[in-house]
Amino acid sequence: MTKQTYTFGLDTFGDLAVDEQGNLLNYAQAIRLVVDEAVLAEKLGVDALALGEHHRDEFAISSPEMVLAAIAGKTKKIKLASGVTVLSSDDPVRVFERFSTLDAVSNGRAQVILGRGSFTESFPLFGYNLRDYNELFEEKVGLFVELLKEKPVTWKGSTRAPLEAADVFPKTESGNLETLVGVGGSPESVIRAARYGLPVMFAIIGGSPERFQPYADLYAQATKEFGTKQHPIGIHSPGYIAETDEEAIAEAFPLFKSSMDKIGKTRGWTPMSREHFLSEVSHGSMYVGSPETVAQKIAHAMKVVGATRFDLVYGFGAVPVANRRRTIELYATKVIPRVRELLAEEK
Amino acid sequence: MAQTIGILGAGKLGITLAQLAVKAGYNVYVAGSGGSNKIALTVKVLAPGAIATTATEAVSRADIVVLAFPLSKYQQAPVNELSGKLVVDATNYWWETDGERSDFMDMNVSSSEAIQRYLPSARVVKALNHMGYHDLHDESRASGMVGRKAIAVAGDTDADVITVSQFIDRLGFDTLSAGTLKQGVILEPGGPVFGASIDYLELESLLNK
Repeated sequence: MTKQTYTFGLDTFGDLAVDEQGNLLNYAQAIRLVVDEAVLAEKLGVDALALGEHHRDEFAISSPEMVLAAIAGKTKKIKLASGVTVLSSDDPVRVFERFSTLDAVSNGRAQVILGRGSFTESFPLFGYNLRDYNELFEEKVGLFVELLKEKPVTWKGSTRAPLEAADVFPKTESGNLETLVGVGGSPESVIRAARYGLPVMFAIIGGSPERFQPYADLYAQATKEFGTKQHPIGIHSPGYIAETDEEAIAEAFPLFKSSMDKIGKTRGWTPMSREHFLSEVSHGSMYVGSPETVAQKIAHAMKVVGATRFDLVYGFGAVPVANRRRTIELYATKVIPRVRELLAEEK
Repeated sequence: MAQTIGILGAGKLGITLAQLAVKAGYNVYVAGSGGSNKIALTVKVLAPGAIATTATEAVSRADIVVLAFPLSKYQQAPVNELSGKLVVDATNYWWETDGERSDFMDMNVSSSEAIQRYLPSARVVKALNHMGYHDLHDESRASGMVGRKAIAVAGDTDADVITVSQFIDRLGFDTLSAGTLKQGVILEPGGPVFGASIDYLELESLLNK
């Protein structure tokens, strides 16, 4: 039997952090902070860094691949991923060009994680209609998969101009621009990824990880049905790590609450109660606590879902710079080795 | 006693409700927006025991029909077949998938009233809309268990509200009447209980504030 390999990543949206004086960073500072954190993450052995694309005032990163390219120049090993690239409101040809360029400057470390995103600001911003939410993604993934073959593409659809034997550059050295699909729990999205033979990352941002175990089965069965490759599965969930559970919970609750409530306001949710937060922490999908608590929780989630990759979304909300750094350090030096140990014990 | 449930919608909510209904011992039929083959694998793997079918068949077999598609797709509901049927409206207006509500629906009434107008001969009851689908999945508990969560039900006919409440109780939740369909607007996004996963007493106090 071959030894199972696991991947552990970090993910951030470039939230505006808070400096030592308690002031919110500006956007440029928040972006430079992420570059520094990426260097630290690589130094401490984190396997991957994913940056999400958003177009909202609390997040600095709208162009993940620009930031990733800067990181590429300062690192050697860490995988450089988007998390996610909102393909629905982008041009698949441009996305390919940007990420194959990132792949070049990073010596083959680029990963595109395609998704529909959980926000919709990019639709009006780039002139798309929300009504076409599904159609846009479906058609553009189809085109993107054609582009991944790195051969001239002839394509016709309703969401962009047709292509007639269009050759797109730069080609990658490996001939294989690593591409995944971020899925939030829609069965249709799981089946779509399987149909195109792409790996899935489950974005589990609420509720128990157990809920996703059947989705992993669905992915496996769908790849069988389509005769496509069944890739390993990844999970992406938010977290906050401190020396003790009490400290982590006390610090994280107001941060998570203010972020969730801000989003909730636009969607009509009631504010997050402490009880709801604690239930997410104890058996849901907020990885908040001491290194041991978080490691146990991650190992459990990976086991029940059958995942081989876990990306922790850190720095959610207006987190002090030092606490973002502490989460990265504890994740890299304590949580990841402990999760590896726990997963090895299960064998 | 209702024995057969028809669920229109095979997305996150529809599948979650199908799982709960199968577990509760109901015969469950699930229909998506297209033919049954499009959702056959999803239903087989995610809600084993439920049967993937067409909307027409799901409705004709069902004692209770649950609407679990995006609100903007309400015209998927087969008007004639739903005539006389007990229909649980679990939909919500969600701008991210529905776009502007004024594009597809009258803004002056609650979304369930708009559904009732579209289905004039159906008996529409509003329920299962205010709790998120992952809380529905995780929080289902047997009657009397500690920490059991509650779901509000709004409808114009007592008998229908009772039937739907019994169904929800079997799915694993306490129930609470939230008045008429019109009054059910309190359960919608922006209202005091939307997104809440709470027990009977807390739900009651939020609804009566």
